[in-house]
Amino acid sequence: MDLNTIGEIARPKRLDKAIDWRDGDAWLAGGTWLFSEQQPHLRRLIDLEGLEWQSLVVNDRGLEIGATCRIAQLAALDAPADWTAAPVIGQCCRSFLSSWKIWKTASVGGNVCMSLPAGPMISLTTALEGKCTILQRDGTERQVAVEKFVTGNNKNVLKPGELLRRIELPASALRKRTSFRRMSLTHLGRSAALLVGTLSPQDGVFMLTVSAATDRPHRLEFPGVPSADELAAKLKQEIPQFFDDVHGTPAYRKHITFHFAEEIRRELSGNKP
Amino acid sequence: MSYLVNGKAFSEVPRPGQCLRTFLRDIGWFGVKKGCDAGDCGACTVWLDDEPVHSCLIPAFRAEGRRVTTIEGLASNGELHPMQRAFMNAAGFQCGFCTAGMIMTAASLNEEDRKDLPRVMKGNLCRCTGYHAIEDAIHGVKSIGEDLPGKACGADLLAPAAEGVVTGTARYTLDTKVEGLLHLKLLRSPHAHARILAIRKDAALAVPGVRAVYTWEDVPRRLYTSATHDDYHADPNDMYMLDNVARFVGQRVAAVVAESEGAAEEGCRRLEVDYQVLPAVFDPEEAMKDGAPVIQDKSAESRIRRPGQNILLEIHGDVGDVEKGFAEADVIHEGTYTTHRVQHAHLETHCSITWLDEKHRLHVRTSSQTPHITKQKLCYLFDLYPDSVRVFCERVGGGFGGKQEVLTEDICAFATLKTGRPVKLEFTREEQFIASTTRHPMRVNMKVGARRDGTLTAFQMRVVSNTGAYGNHGGETLYAACGEAVAVYRCPNKKVDGYTVYTNMVPSGAIRGYGMTQTIFAVECAMDELARNLKIDPFELRRINMVKPGDQMIAESAAATDTEFGSYGLDQCLDLVQQAMVRGNGVKRPEGADWLEGKGIAISMHGAVPPTEHRSEARLGLGDDGYYHLAIGTAEFGNGTTTVHRQIVASVLGSTASRVRVIQSDTDSTGYDTGAFASAGTVVAGNAVRLASDALRERILDFASKTYGVTRDSCRLEHDAVTYSNTRVPLADFFAAARKQGRQLEVVRKAYGTPRSVTFQVQGFRIAVNRITGEIAILQSVHGADGGVIINPMQCRAQVEGAIAQAIGWTLFEKMVFDDGGRMINPTFRNYRIPAFADAPRRTEVYFADTNDAFGPLGAKSMSEAPIYPIAPALANALTDATGIRFFDSSLTPDRIFQRIFESSQPSKA
Repeated sequence: MDLNTIGEIARPKRLDKAIDWRDGDAWLAGGTWLFSEQQPHLRRLIDLEGLEWQSLVVNDRGLEIGATCRIAQLAALDAPADWTAAPVIGQCCRSFLSSWKIWKTASVGGNVCMSLPAGPMISLTTALEGKCTILQRDGTERQVAVEKFVTGNNKNVLKPGELLRRIELPASALRKRTSFRRMSLTHLGRSAALLVGTLSPQDGVFMLTVSAATDRPHRLEFPGVPSADELAAKLKQEIPQFFDDVHGTPAYRKHITFHFAEEIRRELSGNKP
Repeated sequence: MSYLVNGKAFSEVPRPGQCLRTFLRDIGWFGVKKGCDAGDCGACTVWLDDEPVHSCLIPAFRAEGRRVTTIEGLASNGELHPMQRAFMNAAGFQCGFCTAGMIMTAASLNEEDRKDLPRVMKGNLCRCTGYHAIEDAIHGVKSIGEDLPGKACGADLLAPAAEGVVTGTARYTLDTKVEGLLHLKLLRSPHAHARILAIRKDAALAVPGVRAVYTWEDVPRRLYTSATHDDYHADPNDMYMLDNVARFVGQRVAAVVAESEGAAEEGCRRLEVDYQVLPAVFDPEEAMKDGAPVIQDKSAESRIRRPGQNILLEIHGDVGDVEKGFAEADVIHEGTYTTHRVQHAHLETHCSITWLDEKHRLHVRTSSQTPHITKQKLCYLFDLYPDSVRVFCERVGGGFGGKQEVLTEDICAFATLKTGRPVKLEFTREEQFIASTTRHPMRVNMKVGARRDGTLTAFQMRVVSNTGAYGNHGGETLYAACGEAVAVYRCPNKKVDGYTVYTNMVPSGAIRGYGMTQTIFAVECAMDELARNLKIDPFELRRINMVKPGDQMIAESAAATDTEFGSYGLDQCLDLVQQAMVRGNGVKRPEGADWLEGKGIAISMHGAVPPTEHRSEARLGLGDDGYYHLAIGTAEFGNGTTTVHRQIVASVLGSTASRVRVIQSDTDSTGYDTGAFASAGTVVAGNAVRLASDALRERILDFASKTYGVTRDSCRLEHDAVTYSNTRVPLADFFAAARKQGRQLEVVRKAYGTPRSVTFQVQGFRIAVNRITGEIAILQSVHGADGGVIINPMQCRAQVEGAIAQAIGWTLFEKMVFDDGGRMINPTFRNYRIPAFADAPRRTEVYFADTNDAFGPLGAKSMSEAPIYPIAPALANALTDATGIRFFDSSLTPDRIFQRIFESSQPSKA
């Protein structure tokens, strides 16, 4: 929709060391959320398109995703053969409520920065142990793990004028076995719960990421595949509260989370009781 | 800067925060529609460098130097794109408002994409069709039949607007450029109940571009209702155009008129309003109690039954003696059923453009189902002579009852009368949710008793309906709720109590299934319980108790009515659905032990015309082009009446539908019509068309006989000519001959909606439900419909399919959710999810009863509205069959199904 209070679009080719950030500014990446709601507090959009950040870099260290990388680009990634976790990328991309037409415009960074419970890029990058690089107002950078980046429903650690620059997924995570479960109240709709389990072939570490069912992502870690009781106990302890909105009641989300968690545990353990 | 759209360069520059959608419309590409303006519905889909995008989410400046293609640019060298042709062949639209976006998306798909339409089409919402016809279009299925002379009745003919719809050239309400247009925006109440103490306008008036601000002190202090009925006494006069009391979150508080939408929005933000917040009540039972806040403190003139108790209307009636009946019963079922708040969600939001012509006549271009009644209301509000107002509709982008209401025209016209300038008011999708109307939520206490053989002995129902802050349609929906749902069953002892109650909620209003879906849900679930308790097949229990020809149809009173069995097909519908369900369709439930399977049915009866007086006038004539020209007051909003009217004319006059031109829904050029609602378009307007067609035929043949000096019997009317002896006079020449003699070949006929016939529906579902996740998979959907003679089977089937998809949405997905202060928390399509492609069962088996109605045109009855009724209870009954648990609320989302299964598995505390 029209954002009628916007009086100016800044289209920088590069970001100067100290970002000229004012009240009423917003970063414009894909714009698919910004333009989907009234933004009467905004006066200027700073377009990130002209910065031409590299979308995807595949190297020995893993995958580097530029914040402005489009969802469609990520979904089309031709992953190295030994990245056994690569299918989760497609599974998470297909977990958007929005159409594939919007994937062409929407950015990975934008989804993470929106920090909504059902943000599937948050699920993906949490499960694959992603690390966010934040560009600070003085031009320096700092790093924070994705599960620490998102702090609540529509809340994250970014301060005004700060910018998510990139997310790195380590190769070790990309080489894990994975198991994916998702539930939505409507077909292909918004997630009520999205769980990803990973199992390291190297050290046997089992991780379970719970997202969409909670206001922020949770990643539970075990040195090996836990027993059903151990897993349930840890879920109870780590997640005291489940998210409440029209896409699922807290009781339902809790129920589905425990159910999927156990399914994932069984799948990754080869059906260990 | 340059923008390249459909191969043409444009030098206009968008505003910095403007999205591509509005920019394209600004430069004249009106094929780009707004359904949500938030990326959820896809109606605005265009191609950017040959890739489909939702143009409402694209900053316009990003299209600079790139190629934009809209629906208008899809055809090349005058040849329709194959996908446009495909949408015509499959009749892949009803109102057509989503069609441009559908086609732009579908035309971009490759072979691989087409294998997974639920995924690739999920960003395009259609509220009318249920997606079956769209799927057919994408797969190249041809559904339309041939338009043969004299064979129009019963033919699968295409809507006359089809080519305009698929090319994006069909004009909807706002698809026009008006010079000097002002934009109106409404400040809406943040409080559910508040007195407005003061409104300071200065800061708003200081915004550049703001031309005027109107508050309650500026508008006529005249009570009226937003509901549009021919008889305005049907609804209470309980609202002012702008008021100093806000009675729900979202009510109009002030109007700002400005040179741009942005300035009008800014003006709204700058208004300073002092509110005195008042106690609010949201539950109708609470609202009836002593001491509850009084919401409509009005005099008797407002026609509110008991304003002090917030009761708009109450109905009490009985026949026989229910206590005696319950004493005779072997089984009794008692239950409290509730229905939730849902919305029409037509894709074209409410909107109007108003202006004055040089003679100071008021013109209102609007999106309405009732242009003639809207005109009357405007005359009343502004003390205008009927001659000085014109209300008209171009194509209307869906209505479903929501446009049987004056929600934009009044304030828009007021601003035009004040400023002398053209004014536009366009609702946002959010306003659509918080400030238009919804279905009336109802609480229904059912108590039914039956003998061991299944015969009903007593039937008792108490209904409490929540009309919200205003009573528009609150009375009529209660009468409907207490009507056919009760009368469809024979029972000597019946008792009905009904209340429509004011609360501080968004007003309820007219919506497909008008008051009846709610009680039919309760009654049909209760009948299912009886069948289960008695171990009688649910089909059989209906056969034992349903009304049959010869019976009087009795609801809460045995008083005489104008309702008769003009035809009767309920027995056939039951047989057809039962046979199909027994036959099965081979679809198996998903694998896994957690999937349970169940079957459920429900039936319904529906008055083929609404009870308040309905009438319509058809003007039909032969034109100088040799075509028949029909003028009819009813509006086309995807209901297909235009197609039906053409078929009636063609059928009676022995011509083809393509030789019938229709103008409609314009108070200047069509006769009075009481409105396109309650399926009156086929039956009432259709009867007027039928009568006019008969009369014109007589007139033409009479004239031919006299002019050519031959007997009447030797004159024949062929599809494009009059013949006598061995002579053939083409109709255009015939017109000229008549003209030469100063004779007009034109007739006018009126039709009335009484006596009234009844239609019937039966729905059967076989579903699977996952006992862990609460997901429902529809395995088989079967619908039996008794619509009399079906004038256009393809179109009628599509109406049925669309209704089923809509009702499935209302039952399985949609729910308006409010916080404790009465504020809706999900007023967007992403949070109020109407069915997308993946959600609708596209293979409903639709069977028509073979009946011929005594009252309807050519034996036809109404059909658009009624298929809604049995869907929710049939789903609930299938769910009960699968799980053994009764679901008493009509909202059957997976989380609620899970909750109910969980509750039922807990040991009872008693």
